[in-house]
Amino acid sequence: MRNDSLLTVEGLQTHFFTEEGVVRAVDGVTLSVRPGETLGLVGESGCGKTVTALSILRLIPDPPGRIVGGTISFDGRDLLRLPEEEIRKIRGSSISMIFQEPMTSLNPVFTVGEQVAEGIRHHQKVSRREAWDRAIEGLRRVKIADPVRRVREYPHQLSGGMRQRVMIAMALALGPRLLIADEPTTALDVTIQAQILELLLGLQEEMKMAVMLITHDLGVIAETADRVLVMYAGRVVEEAVVKDLFDNPLHPYTQGLLESLPRLEAGKGGRRLTAIPGLVPNLLELPVGCKFAPRCSKAVGECWPTEPELREIRPGHWARCILA
Amino acid sequence: MEPLLVVKDLKKYFPVKKGIFFGERAELRAVDGVSFEIRRGETMGLVGESGCGKSTTARLILRLLEPTAGEVYFGKTAVFTANKEEMRQLRRKLQIVFQDPYSSLDPRMSVEEIVGEGLTIHRLAKGKEKSERVAELLEMVGLGREHLGRYPHEFSGGQRQRIGIARALAVGPELLIADEPVSALDVSIQAQVINLFEDLQKELGLTYLFIAHDLRVVKHISDRVAVMYLGQIVELTESDELYRNPLHPYTQALMSAIPAADPRPKGRRMVLEGDPLSPIHIPSGCRFHPRCPKRFDRCDKEEPVLREVSAGHWVSCHLY
Amino acid sequence: MSERQRQNGRRYGRRLGGRWKWHRGILLGSLILFFFGLIALLSPLLSPYDPYRIPEKLQAFSLLSPGADHWLGTDLLGRDLLSRILYGARISLLVGVVVELAVTPVGVTIGLFAGYFGGKIDAVLMRITDAVMAFPGLVLAIALTAVLERPGFLSVIIVLAAVRWTTVARLVRGQVLSLREAEHITAAVALGARKGRIIFRHLLPNCLAPILVAMTFGVASNILSEAGLGFLGLGVQPPTVSWGSLLAEGAVYLTVKPWLCIFPGLAITCTVLGFHLLGDGLRDIFDPRLRS
Repeated sequence: MRNDSLLTVEGLQTHFFTEEGVVRAVDGVTLSVRPGETLGLVGESGCGKTVTALSILRLIPDPPGRIVGGTISFDGRDLLRLPEEEIRKIRGSSISMIFQEPMTSLNPVFTVGEQVAEGIRHHQKVSRREAWDRAIEGLRRVKIADPVRRVREYPHQLSGGMRQRVMIAMALALGPRLLIADEPTTALDVTIQAQILELLLGLQEEMKMAVMLITHDLGVIAETADRVLVMYAGRVVEEAVVKDLFDNPLHPYTQGLLESLPRLEAGKGGRRLTAIPGLVPNLLELPVGCKFAPRCSKAVGECWPTEPELREIRPGHWARCILA
Repeated sequence: MEPLLVVKDLKKYFPVKKGIFFGERAELRAVDGVSFEIRRGETMGLVGESGCGKSTTARLILRLLEPTAGEVYFGKTAVFTANKEEMRQLRRKLQIVFQDPYSSLDPRMSVEEIVGEGLTIHRLAKGKEKSERVAELLEMVGLGREHLGRYPHEFSGGQRQRIGIARALAVGPELLIADEPVSALDVSIQAQVINLFEDLQKELGLTYLFIAHDLRVVKHISDRVAVMYLGQIVELTESDELYRNPLHPYTQALMSAIPAADPRPKGRRMVLEGDPLSPIHIPSGCRFHPRCPKRFDRCDKEEPVLREVSAGHWVSCHLY
Repeated sequence: MSERQRQNGRRYGRRLGGRWKWHRGILLGSLILFFFGLIALLSPLLSPYDPYRIPEKLQAFSLLSPGADHWLGTDLLGRDLLSRILYGARISLLVGVVVELAVTPVGVTIGLFAGYFGGKIDAVLMRITDAVMAFPGLVLAIALTAVLERPGFLSVIIVLAAVRWTTVARLVRGQVLSLREAEHITAAVALGARKGRIIFRHLLPNCLAPILVAMTFGVASNILSEAGLGFLGLGVQPPTVSWGSLLAEGAVYLTVKPWLCIFPGLAITCTVLGFHLLGDGLRDIFDPRLRS
């Protein structure tokens, strides 16, 4: 089933060795991304979604972090075994990443054109002139008005949405086959968020690339993803085609997330939000069995002693819950 | 009904320097003529994107910032002309809960000191009585007396927000201004805190001014909602009416930009062109016209005023 | 798998080692400072010779190399260098600490006021601070010494304090400026807290940690400055000794009898290092990012 994948992650474990103990930020994540599809990774802070993404590009700060188990293969190559030099070639060319806060990812002392062009020249032997022209082309592609003028501007002269467009232009300059977008719209206003998502989806179609979209916002997932992985406490707790996930969520955590969203349709006082009780889990004090059990309204005795496996409940719909 | 809070033509301009060497002055018009009323016991929502002036409005009402112009009445008291003593009394009745659960609690104070500070300032309780009162407040917001001696860094974001709410409630306010109180929280925790706000309102008969950028949250909790754009209210109405019948093109765009938790293809989305404008360069005519898909020749010439187009539904747009 | 576990164990160990490092910084720094403090305190007991007495047979004792009788050698007047360094520790450390203690309350007050009230008060206070900072320290020292007629312990303290408060004031002002925007300060205002409460219950406690760190570095810098003044002859005057004045005396013989400079220099270096280790350690501890 996963042979046609562009990216396959198998049993990934990324741990952080801190003063207080070993934080198992990602603990056995398996996922695959097929060419051209959008895989959504959804979960709350500390669920391991960003660490998973950083692990794929081997960008985990070491120390304190370290990939201690699993395999990551991209296009038939084992990324975890590649020498540093090789993985650097892959970053930004075949796999690109964009982040939540575009301002911190851009260098304030260079113009955006210089930064886009430098990214190109870093990977390809092209003349300064050509890289510059391609930078302008890149900005045009992300629908920045008047790119010839904008390339000469500095990041602080651009609005947040514009900066995120520049980041996307940089990420796409070399035609990656996989784009990892980590909360790309979270820092943006809702009207700008809609613009950026629309742009991303358009470019994905145009460039035939796969997108791994990381977000905490189920709404963003619903609008963009083909398949979804729900993460909790460093694990995948549910995996499904987007429609199945929203129509028929199997894991109580997914159900809880969906129910805790305020809905526009409901009138005031009509529906009390169904909150998930308890706190976002502390990765240092996880229970032995199901990690969600302490917050789960449906938990039964068997949830506590052993952790359930991720099982395929229906074709293509997986859940890590004994009740599913 | 007698309104609890009346805001009249509130303005706040911040001076900004434009040139590096010569003092070429410009103004940032953060709040530019905002008027509304809040009735006792209701929840008024204030929604808008970053930089629209909603937080500045909150701080002006509390007189944490001095206004450029305008009036605010709390009951019969004029907030901006209140003297020191009147102001201290007002501060008991008007409280605020902040957005950032980290910077809003003093890291060097224990929970008891934080929540009890208002009791000390207004000499409402001290010693054992104060501890007891703080413990009650903590229980009211879903924490416990075992948390009294702990420090903010020992708590999660949601718990910190509860501490902030307890601090505000300690002095027995009538109006609670919540400035983006859930936007820094995880989804599952957001729902807990929203529910807490609703419970407290029922229990204590509080009046809320609830500020957020997330229309879903504002719509859920509010009786009426005001939509702000570039320092002005562009639409104000009952929250159900706003959802069913949004009139201002900006409200329509906000509504349509919200990703619905439903993967089925929806109707055509109304995606706005361009970026939000800066409150330094406010366009002529209607401030929304450069981004408005429905603009016509009048829009860049004449500034619309907020008018009541149907009962209780106010909008500031030339279309109506 | 077992190999992996062993690696994990190693890394975990190294991480703990990293934590030890700053504990070690404080430990080592305190140890060094304790050592020099003890020396300063007990110098009359520890000194093998009278540091001031010039022996009668001057020729026989002048500029001796380090040896069994005089571990660190003697100076031109035949006085034992070790004893002089031990006595010098008193003055040098005293100058360092006294200046810092004198200057901190002044700097903190000015910084708090400038930062909290802002506007004109801030502008005036900070222009004064800038002016003092911009004024060349040496010229000030020479001028002040001239006014005070005779350089000595007091003049050193005054000269150093006159410049040093500016650093503290700047630091505190910066802290206050960033704190003032913090929502917990706004919350206190919204609760009806008066100015005094804001300043003393909220701003000051949150400035204490950086002030303490700055004080340790400040003492080190004062010791160095004292040495600099002493070297120029503007420090304490004979017969009183400080590490700075020892440096000045030894400088004449730097090429032929280098130990006259090396040993006082080492004493200064070690003490300054001690304060810096302590300061770095404290900064690490106080850094909220390192706290869970």
